[in-house]
Amino acid sequence: MAKDWVILANDLTKYYQMGEVEVRALAGVSCKIKRGEVVAIMGPSGSGKSTLMNILGCLDLPTSGKYILDGEAVETLNDNQLADIRNRKVGFIFQSFNLLARTTALGNVELPLRYAGKVPNKKERARTALESVGLEDRISHRPTELSGGEQQRVAIARALVNNPAIIMADEPTGNLDSKVGKEILELLLTLNRDKGTTLIIVTHDPVIAAQAQRIIHLRDGLVEENI
Amino acid sequence: MNIGQSIIEALETLNGNKLRSGLTILGIVIGVGAVIAMLAIGQGAQDTITGAISGIGTNLLFVSSGNQIQEVRNPKPLTLGDAQAIADPFAAPDVLAVAPIIQGRDDITAGGQTMSVSVTGTTPEYFIMQNYSLLEGDFLTLDNLQGNASAVVIGPGVADKLFSRRNGVVGETIRINGQPFRVVGLLQSKGGGTFGSQDNQVIVPFTTAQTRLIHRSALNEVDQLYVQAVSTQAVPLATDEVKQILRQRHRTPVGVDDFTVFSQADFLSIAQTVTGVFTIFLGGIAGISLLVGGIGIMNIMLVSVTERTREIGLRKALGARKRDILIQFLIESSMLSLIGGMIGILLGWFLGFIVGRIAAASGNPFNPAISLNAILLATLFSLAVGLFFGIYPANRAAGLEPVEALRYE
Repeated sequence: MAKDWVILANDLTKYYQMGEVEVRALAGVSCKIKRGEVVAIMGPSGSGKSTLMNILGCLDLPTSGKYILDGEAVETLNDNQLADIRNRKVGFIFQSFNLLARTTALGNVELPLRYAGKVPNKKERARTALESVGLEDRISHRPTELSGGEQQRVAIARALVNNPAIIMADEPTGNLDSKVGKEILELLLTLNRDKGTTLIIVTHDPVIAAQAQRIIHLRDGLVEENI
Repeated sequence: MNIGQSIIEALETLNGNKLRSGLTILGIVIGVGAVIAMLAIGQGAQDTITGAISGIGTNLLFVSSGNQIQEVRNPKPLTLGDAQAIADPFAAPDVLAVAPIIQGRDDITAGGQTMSVSVTGTTPEYFIMQNYSLLEGDFLTLDNLQGNASAVVIGPGVADKLFSRRNGVVGETIRINGQPFRVVGLLQSKGGGTFGSQDNQVIVPFTTAQTRLIHRSALNEVDQLYVQAVSTQAVPLATDEVKQILRQRHRTPVGVDDFTVFSQADFLSIAQTVTGVFTIFLGGIAGISLLVGGIGIMNIMLVSVTERTREIGLRKALGARKRDILIQFLIESSMLSLIGGMIGILLGWFLGFIVGRIAAASGNPFNPAISLNAILLATLFSLAVGLFFGIYPANRAAGLEPVEALRYE
């Protein structure tokens, strides 16, 4: 039963100390996400959706609460173990692509494998990932030689290359025009269908959210239950 | 992460910022270049000095009055009697010859020319000990010595100055301190020695110098005794014999000696100590510029860490551990210093070469020597500088929180 849930979060809170003031970003969020599900996280700015994504993506630890990602109790892990989890279980896609400017598409996609330790056929796997996003003829191009859509495809390939349990996309189409944005979203949904990778999209665009199987609405650090 | 790949990546990163990397490297180049050049010059000076000392013969002993290490009251002067006692083959079987020396400075004149030279009064043995050879004429003879002769052997520098020629000067008369002396021999040039030029000197019989030129308070007092041992191996034995004889004659069989015996090896070790200190001193001063270069590395690495905060955040999001980031930045800083170090070695070699050329042009041939040790030392030291000054920036990069680093604009 528990094997079906890739994300099991119970009563997550997160407080930030801003000088004298304590800011509450998450006030007790619980959520469950099934393996292979496509989930959108929506909410106005300041609602805590970025914080939630950071915690679900193991970039940050919650102040309190329990979080089990693909069977691992994340809140008990140290820095190195967190880095390892991010490397093996999470793929990130950012609004601003975040590619290394001086490195080729192949090099960028290979990067997570290089932090993974001893992985055979790094180049081969990176090439396969690039092929799966339709960039097999852009392998040795640098990000500056690629269009925005192509750059985001490289980022998607990078997120996929280590076969993660979940892909976290933070406003993946925010920097793209609507046509290219639609293509990128299509690509993500196709990959979800073909590979069964869980997809979590943080967005404030209702059109994108409508493509998800489920929407989690956040407001003031809490999940709004009434949708 | 694989080290080879990290090095390639670091070089690519540095290559992306050519001017900045170049200027940072320049700081190390100057530092390492200065250290290498100074060590080379120090080594060259040491080689030249020890070479000059080695040239004075390995079987010579120098005896002088007084004690350079401990204080003695009323040291007795060395006398001609001491010289004769040491020359006794039964008392000192390992001593081949003894030459007493008295030295002073006097004005000499000839043909309206005047110059101030070192005047040495000694015995015929001296010429053999010093390995002198003649351009013309003869060395001083025993007859000259016993006859209190007004004979003089002159150095080539003296001939140049007084006669403007180096042939046919034997038979000429020169005046030392106003008294006429007949030139009997002209020495071949030996060049500048460690103890001043040997070309600008005149040598007269000991007896003549003692009675007419150089006055000493005690009867038959000499400044120094040159003692030649029968062989290089016999130097320690000869030293003991000389000491034994002098202790007896000076009535200091127990207690502190009132004379000092120096061998060439002693001179050599003193000269090496002095030039060694000199080299360390020069190298230390040059090391300061290397330190400044290191601070340059640290500065630029700190800028780089700030500039690449987002990149660091991204790498952490992709699974880089603290250690990975730390190693990445340490490799970058040590690449900077290693490249600088290698170019610096070339620069140092070039500087040493120039100094050698200048020295040769000004008449003091001198070979700056770059040893393999100096190169290894400079390479390792520059690498260490890069690592040391890279640690703080790299630590700062590795300690960044991924969330905050990713959010950084």
